[in-house]
Amino acid sequence: MTELEAGRAETLAPVRSGAALQRYRDVLIALVAFAVLASLPLFTGSKALLDFVIRCSAYGLFATSLNLLVGYTGLTSFGHGMFFGLGAYSFGLIMQKLGVPIPVAFVATLAITAAIAAVIGAICVRLKDIYFAFVTLAFQMLIHSTILSWASFTGGDQGLRGGIPRPTFLGINLANHIHLYVASCALLILGLLAMRQIAQSPFGYTLRMIRDNAARASFLGIDVWRAKLTVFVLAALFAAMGGMVMALFVSGAYPEFAYWTISGEGIFINMLGGVSTFLGPMVGTVLLLLLNDTVTRFTEYHGIVLGVVILFFALGLRKGLLDFVADWFAHRRDAGEGR
Amino acid sequence: MDLDALAGCLSSSACLVTQTTSGLIIGMLLFLVAVGLTLIFGVLKVVNFSHGAFYMFGAYFAMTAYQLTGSFALAMFAGAAGTAVLGLIFERVFMSRVYGADVLMQLLVCYAFVLIFDDVVRIIWGPEFKSMGMPAAFQVMPLFIAGGVVPPYYLLLIGVALVVAIVLGIGLSRSRIGKVIRAAAHNPGMVSALGINTGLIYGGVFALGGMLAGLAGALAAPVRSLTPGMGFSVLIESFIVTVIGGMGSILGALIGALLLGLIRSFGSLGFPLFTEGLMYLFMVIVLVSKPTGLFGKEAA
Repeated sequence: MTELEAGRAETLAPVRSGAALQRYRDVLIALVAFAVLASLPLFTGSKALLDFVIRCSAYGLFATSLNLLVGYTGLTSFGHGMFFGLGAYSFGLIMQKLGVPIPVAFVATLAITAAIAAVIGAICVRLKDIYFAFVTLAFQMLIHSTILSWASFTGGDQGLRGGIPRPTFLGINLANHIHLYVASCALLILGLLAMRQIAQSPFGYTLRMIRDNAARASFLGIDVWRAKLTVFVLAALFAAMGGMVMALFVSGAYPEFAYWTISGEGIFINMLGGVSTFLGPMVGTVLLLLLNDTVTRFTEYHGIVLGVVILFFALGLRKGLLDFVADWFAHRRDAGEGR
Repeated sequence: MDLDALAGCLSSSACLVTQTTSGLIIGMLLFLVAVGLTLIFGVLKVVNFSHGAFYMFGAYFAMTAYQLTGSFALAMFAGAAGTAVLGLIFERVFMSRVYGADVLMQLLVCYAFVLIFDDVVRIIWGPEFKSMGMPAAFQVMPLFIAGGVVPPYYLLLIGVALVVAIVLGIGLSRSRIGKVIRAAAHNPGMVSALGINTGLIYGGVFALGGMLAGLAGALAAPVRSLTPGMGFSVLIESFIVTVIGGMGSILGALIGALLLGLIRSFGSLGFPLFTEGLMYLFMVIVLVSKPTGLFGKEAA
């Protein structure tokens, strides 16, 4: 072993144990978060609050998965909502037409989403920047149009009605509100944990390198196209999970789930919360849903209020909330060290 | 799917003329909106997500002016001039603050104004559907061309859009202002160093783009119903046009808009429920085979 190699081995070892430490920490945080969320029904009987958390789970999974593309890889997808809709519709259709147990439908939906995302992604990730954004948008609208025009199968503009059957499995009855709530929380936490692992893995750092300098990544021997396609499919899976939570919650699926505004909201949530921290999209989700709920209660012109709030973020803070807070702390720490 | 209807129409000259004119109308209105979008993108490098709102304001301004004065010419002028002023203010006060920022921040500012503008229209003009009505001057017998019915107003609409296309094309390539604008699109720093106020150019181009969208809205007002949020579908379609034609290309916007208009009018016969899907399918095909659009320059 040369001196150089020895030196490298020494620096690598702490890094590895550091990564393992961080993984344990992440799992611990996830467990605590789940425990807190799951025990919420013990303290409050408020159905509205539990509903709010379920909606946060659906949108949070979706928005965080979008951040894997936007924040980590620099792929601004305007059509990510298609996988949200696809998840909701596939799950609903499988449950209605085949009547299989819920976990089977869950896995089947993920498989279908992965297959479709692989085909669409293979076409999309060849394009860059604004063209990537537009081609994903076009696919989104294509799927939306298909849902609308294939009325005999999808229910057309009426949506998938008649309710989604929710048979009991392993003692879990999703028709029960509390069971549904805990299951949604579990899916959210598991999904977030899995995405966190992806973001912190060597693959996650490869994505950041592609975002910052795709040419350099390519020269270093990384197959940029394959990496982008992989993260496109992975993100689609988590978005579909969000869609399934939504379908279970409303017991149906509607064309709006696949409309481009869902993608727009996803981008918006990411901007609100911030894209450079892992939990930014989650913060954004809670913010947007809170904002939507409170503003619609007070005024019918919620577009103006929402618009002004967005302007405040875009022109005032110039970044998402969590990004702003993180920068502020970093700034303070630097100032403190300088003294 | 109704391919028989499509085939039947293609073999009848009357239906062919009717569908082609209605396709041209859709295409020409789309062109006016899309060319503003493509100009703003070409010069300012901003994707103006709020462009549909200018189309909407143009229509409402025209309707109000027509109701007040009863003059069609004044209505058109109000639609165009009003949105030009709006565009100038919007660019100078808000958009100019986010030029250096992330593209997503620019989108967010535009998105905010889409929400705000829709509500402003709802407050001023009310949420219900409005219609301006066809001006008396155009309430005459339609023309019959090869058995197809063509209202004279349609001819005016097509004529105005064609004049705009020609004036813009020649103006940008030949006139001094056009050359300065193209120079500013290419290298704003150098143009600014040569003593030209680039802020003024940016504001002017945005006002011009807003004006064209407003003119499209004003021209559409007699033949379409007016409603808050009417700009949205137009916006999405003109995005498709600019992407198909190539961002920043005027000729591309014209060809793209006409293609899309024809796809819409003939597609609605053959695939009544999947007309929108056809447009997106077309966009995917173009983007995949030529990512920069039909007339776009290779990525700089």
